[in-house]
Amino acid sequence: MSETTLNNIKRNHCAIVIRTNLTGILKRRLIDMGITPGVVIKIKRIAPLGDPIEIRLRGYELSIRRSEAKKIIVKPVEVK
Amino acid sequence: MSCNLALIGNPNCGKTTLFNLLTGSNQYVGNWAGVTVEKKVGKLKNTDYNIIDLPGIYSLSPYSTEERLTQNFLLNEKPDLIINIIDGSNFERNMYLSVQLTELNIPMIIAVNMIDAVTFSGGNIDCQYLTELTGIPFIPISARNNDNIDIVIEEIHNILNRPNKPIEIDYNHTTRNALNKIYSVIIGENNPNDKPYAFIASKLLEGSESSDKYINLSDKQKIEIQNIIHEYELLSPYNDRESLIADARYRYIESLAAKAVIKSKSNDTITISDRIDFIVTNRFLAYPLFFIIMFCIFNMTFGTLSKFLSNIIETLFNNIIIPSVSSILIKAEAPQWIICMVTDGIIGGTGGIFVFLPQIAILFLCLSILEDSGYMARAAFLTDRFLKKLGLSGKSFIPMLMGFGCTTPAVMAARTQENINERRMTIMLTPFMSCGAKLPIYALFAGAFFKSYQGLAVFSMYIIGILIAAIMGLIFKKTLFKENASTFVMELPPYRRPLLKSILKNTWEKTRGFIIKAGTVILSMSVLIWILQNFSPSLRFTENSSESIFAAIGSAIAPLLRPLGFGTWQAAVSLLSGIVAKEAVVSTMSVLYSAENTAALTDIISTIFTPVSAYSFMVFSLLYIPCISALATIKRETGNLKWTLAIAVIQTVTAYVTSMLVYQIGNIIINL
Repeated sequence: MSETTLNNIKRNHCAIVIRTNLTGILKRRLIDMGITPGVVIKIKRIAPLGDPIEIRLRGYELSIRRSEAKKIIVKPVEVK
Repeated sequence: MSCNLALIGNPNCGKTTLFNLLTGSNQYVGNWAGVTVEKKVGKLKNTDYNIIDLPGIYSLSPYSTEERLTQNFLLNEKPDLIINIIDGSNFERNMYLSVQLTELNIPMIIAVNMIDAVTFSGGNIDCQYLTELTGIPFIPISARNNDNIDIVIEEIHNILNRPNKPIEIDYNHTTRNALNKIYSVIIGENNPNDKPYAFIASKLLEGSESSDKYINLSDKQKIEIQNIIHEYELLSPYNDRESLIADARYRYIESLAAKAVIKSKSNDTITISDRIDFIVTNRFLAYPLFFIIMFCIFNMTFGTLSKFLSNIIETLFNNIIIPSVSSILIKAEAPQWIICMVTDGIIGGTGGIFVFLPQIAILFLCLSILEDSGYMARAAFLTDRFLKKLGLSGKSFIPMLMGFGCTTPAVMAARTQENINERRMTIMLTPFMSCGAKLPIYALFAGAFFKSYQGLAVFSMYIIGILIAAIMGLIFKKTLFKENASTFVMELPPYRRPLLKSILKNTWEKTRGFIIKAGTVILSMSVLIWILQNFSPSLRFTENSSESIFAAIGSAIAPLLRPLGFGTWQAAVSLLSGIVAKEAVVSTMSVLYSAENTAALTDIISTIFTPVSAYSFMVFSLLYIPCISALATIKRETGNLKWTLAIAVIQTVTAYVTSMLVYQIGNIIINL
């Protein structure tokens, strides 16, 4: 499947991180939290008003905004 | 021999619980030399070793204040040992910090916490194998159940008696190679123990901050390092060394995990936390539930239980302490003015404050439960959408909620925010959240004027505070922080049953702060106020308070307050003393009006104020300049006197304008 951004992944679906289009503090923060190329991210939940979203990676839950998810380039993973 | 042991770990990994277990009751909040931050320091049981509880952090990046503080502490104070606590159920992400810590060349042990939860969900962590693989002692513990804490203590002694041997992380070949090359460039002829060269090498390779802070490099060295970095980046498909090195760290951790960690099956199954979240963050239930929880806290704080306890304290003061002290003084033949100062000034003044102790303790108890259970993070998740509009993020919710307790710790809680502008704005808006110390003022006036709507009148103060904060937030966003792009990256920790012991401990620590304040600042304020009130400007003792020094000062300010509806010198003086501590407003009033107890003061107030001017006074108290302690904290946290003064002025102007509107419009409505 082709590349897309993390905000386009549906709930309960997974994707592999290809790269990020981020700079500065936000990039550093996301890298430190484990969002590096190759990691699998699952979309767990979407806040009642549509933003932010809750993702699962490396065995824990993280909450980020849609605007941030938009800058994470991913490849969707087929769920069996 | 005295040693310093640094306790370091991610947030939510049980660090405070371990700290309490290692130190027992032997701890204090101390200021560490050179660093302007309060850290908890305790002595390791039965030893002279200091354990320093550093803020919970995710990495040694220099971005958030807490990370910078921890990094500076480790580099400048060079502790003798790092006790790194990691959450076993979240091995990979927790180990990221551990890997960075190894570069500091400080002896380290890793306590793998929550091992019981890991085993319970069918996982396993082979700590012995991890110790063999890395050379760092890994100890499986459960801080919650007090398991293996004795082994941690034993290992601390062992490792301190052993010479330190540097740990080299087994990164992939290219990263290791680049790090080693930089290491040999910067170390030159120096002694490897002079500086944490391995740490500096990785900082240089990462390029996340200037190296000047750590090391002086010659131009030749700088060029050599540039070449090494260039070569390293060429090997990456993304040309991005920052991601590359983080990736190398995570790959190393994954390889460790593959060998020694069996992940629990809960990865894909639905956990208890998921079930709770299904309700708590449900599309329809989330916000009603959020408001119910907030309402419950409010109700508990101001409800029957706290009123009952307050009555006991008040009775204790009025019927036991004051009569017995004055009878002792009379027997000792103390002069009348001393008796009067001790009973009215000191005991009356502080007693008026102790009455509010139950409410403050209950509020802090509720906040501790929210924090420890994991709901606080969900509250941030739910409120982000709204706070984003003000240029803030869900992370600002926590300091703001704490602001209802006390502004001082709330302002400190803003440290977790990485973005400096977001943090400044949170700090500027937090004082608008009505703090616990203002409650006595509302209670007094609402009791005197809005008897049948007392709860509503008090509640409206909180709402006004929030509304004004929102308006100010929008104004700040459009003016001071135009360039600000807020972000929100926050861990959602699993729900945990709060430990009674740690909640009580936390509540006690905060409440004790209040008691100490009542016993020191307010006590001395009460004496000072009493003197200013009973001596004339020519320093003559006078029974008539309208001839006092205070009356003179108050009369000078009073005309300014006339448009707000309370242009009396007593009101002016009470508000002035509120700058020292908000608790002092009511106690000053009771001294100025020579009221023996709250009931008497309520009667006097109701003859002097009108309902409109009373409400205006409440609004003014809500919004005007924060107390000295809050201002000092704001100054320390922003590191900027200009910001601090700006906050003081903005608040006072806002208070003046809002109160005037309340009074003038209120009077028009009343007279219709």
